[in-house]
This record gives sequence, structure tokens and C-alpha cells, in this order.
Amino acid sequence: MIEVDARGLSCPIPVIRVREAIEKHPGEEIRVIIDTMVTVENVTRMAENKGMQAAAPVEQDDEFVLDLKPA
Amino acid sequence: MKKDTIWVIAAGAVVGILAVVLTKLGNPANMGFCIACFERDIAGALGFFNWNIPAAVQYIRPEILGIVFGGFLTAVATREFKPRAGSMPVVRFMLGVFMMIGALAFLGCPLRMVIRLGGGDLNAVVALVGFIAGIGIGVVFLRQGFNLGRTQKTGFWDGFVLPGFMVVLLLLLLFQVKFTETGPLFFSAKGHPGVDGSAVGIYAGIAISLAAGLLVGWVAQRSRMCCAGAFRDLFIMRSGHLMIAVATVFVVILVLNIILGNFHMSFADQPVAHTGYIGNFLGMALVGICAVLLGGCPLRQLILAGNGNADSAITVFGMLAGAGFAHNLGLASLVNTNAWGFAAVILGLAVAIVVAFVNRK
Repeated sequence: MIEVDARGLSCPIPVIRVREAIEKHPGEEIRVIIDTMVTVENVTRMAENKGMQAAAPVEQDDEFVLDLKPA
Repeated sequence: MKKDTIWVIAAGAVVGILAVVLTKLGNPANMGFCIACFERDIAGALGFFNWNIPAAVQYIRPEILGIVFGGFLTAVATREFKPRAGSMPVVRFMLGVFMMIGALAFLGCPLRMVIRLGGGDLNAVVALVGFIAGIGIGVVFLRQGFNLGRTQKTGFWDGFVLPGFMVVLLLLLLFQVKFTETGPLFFSAKGHPGVDGSAVGIYAGIAISLAAGLLVGWVAQRSRMCCAGAFRDLFIMRSGHLMIAVATVFVVILVLNIILGNFHMSFADQPVAHTGYIGNFLGMALVGICAVLLGGCPLRQLILAGNGNADSAITVFGMLAGAGFAHNLGLASLVNTNAWGFAAVILGLAVAIVVAFVNRK
């Protein structure tokens, strides 16, 4: 599983990084570590447009883990 | 329809309707809501600049306070309030200064640009082209890996600095505090003419303005509305999500202005505007690139600061300082004769491009 650490990055850099990961590793699952709900929403919206399936974000220690799977 | 789509439409409609309502109630024409102008008015009230014309553009605008409070309360209610800091704060302060200088060269933030478009102000079309150009430059650097580094978790109370500052401003406003006999605080007389001959020193009632700000803060927080993000996301992600909010503001204002007979399409004689097309273009180009590098337009910075982002709070303080620079040094309202104003905007563009260039990763 590819992991993208998007914590603390301003809009829209997390989305750009996750999109790069999706394009570089087609067909692979991607785990994104995020620290704001806004970024969770933005990454989810982009990933779904890219044909990925986003699991419900899991919140732990004030952060979110978002798993993306190829649909 | 998806929930987040409903939010951006609602946000655009609320902002559009309130902008027209506030104008009806006394706010400057084609303004209603202008983050840059209103922050500049706050800087003026605090005496960050003094004009030869007394008591113009000086007022603690309750709209700004309301937006921060609305964003803050919504973030607390939705458990999104998270104190964060540490993403090159001084650089953000400087970009905030230049973002304000650019906005005042045009006479408006991106939101007011849309409001002016809806009033038929063709100078705002020139500004829009500049704004898109500025965002385009920022996007080129974003594609090359530009970022100002990560924010970190910070002390809990760090996130309260800007909301706290706004509480202090509210108290100063309510008690009409005078620090010395002749001020500050300075307050514009109603209907006082500004430097460009328009009535800029006028305002809607405190309670209504504050309530309007709270409403905008709420919907802007929930929708993540951002005038710069609207164009940026269109370029980078082919996503029109945030653009829906901006388009809704435009349509609502256009329709209301036509109904109320306030739509006048022209370059000349627009309220609180000038026809210096180079200044309008370059000013908003500077706002566009700064907003992309900062991760959001002036409205979004207020919301993020209300959500505990101390870097955005620093940006807002930078904008207040920028208003001081702009008015003390005569850089505002860039008509074609204002050499220092042009120098400042060109310097801002150069600095922003250097910041973007050296922070590619």
C-alpha cells in the first residue's frame, strides 16, 4: 500500500500529492494521513473523480486515515 | 444533489443576498462585503494610517468580526477547531501585506471583484483577467511542488489569537473608545467622501453588520468557499466545485441589481472604483498569486484563522499592516499616474514569484 503524508500542507497541495500517487501507481491502494476535515473532503472528491473508492475516514489522535481503493 | 454542492450554492446565495442587503442598509455601493476594504477600514480606525482627509475609510467593520466569529463557532461546533502554526509565518505575513497592496490598487478583494462584476463595473472584468493570470502563475509553481512547509500542532490558545483580537475590536467598537482626544479610534462620518470622491465612509448598523458577518462566517466555513480556490481548482483539478459558490454570488447579485435598478454597465463613474486598467489588472494579478501561495483568498484566510490556523491569523495581521503601507505611502487606488503604487505592485509580484520559485520541492 502506498502512503501519502498530507498532514499540515496548505490547500490544494495534499490533493496534488495524492493525485500524483494515484497516477504513478495505478491499481494500487493508497493510504492518506490527513489532519483536517477539509483535506479529507477535498482528497475524497478528487479520488472519486479519478475512479477510486474512498473508505470512511478513520479518526485517531486528532488525525484522519483515509484509505483509497481502485473502484 | 450532494450535500457539499448544496453548501456551496447556499454560501454563494447568502453572500450575494447579504452584500446587496448591506448596501441597501448603508454600506458602500457595489461593496456590501469586501474583505480587503473592511480590513483596511479596521486598520484606519486603529490609526494605522492617517489621511489628510479626516475620518474617511476608518471604521471597525463588524462584518469582519462576524466572519471570524462565525467561522470560529462553526469550527468549534463541528469539532474542526484545531490550533495549527509553523508554515513560514513571516513569509505569510509579507504575502498578506502584498495581497492587501494589490487589492487596494484595484479597490477590492476577489469577492468585491465578483460583486462589482454583478453591478456592471467593467473595470472588474479587467481585474478578473488579472486575477486569473495571477492564479495561473501560482498554479505553475504548485505543479512544480511549491509549498511553504507543513503546519504543526501548536499550543491550544495559539488558535484563539485572532478571534480574541476580534473580541477586543468589538469591545472597542461598542464602547466607542478614544485613546486620545483626537483619536484613535477613528470613525468615518456617515456619507463622508473618500479620496476618490465616492462615499466610502458609510456603513450599515452594527448589529445587522455583525449578524451578516456571522452568517457568512458560518456558510463560508461549511462550504469552504474561496474565490481563489474556485479558479485554482478549475486549473489544477478541472473541478468546478468551489466555482459554483463564486458563480452563485455573481448571478444573485446581478439579478438583484437588475431588479433594484442598480445595474449600470460601464467603465467610468462606478462607485468606489477607478478606470486605471493597468492598475486593476496588475493589482488583482498580485492578489491572485498571493492567494494561491497562501492557500486561500482573503475571505478564506479569515475562516481558517477562525478555525485555529495561526498562520492564517498572521496573514490577516499582514493584511492590516498592508493597509497601513498602502494608505500611508499613497499606493492605493492605482490610476495610471501613481508611480509608487505601480512600483509596490511590481515589487509584490516579483517577491511572490521569488517566494514561489525558491519553495519548490
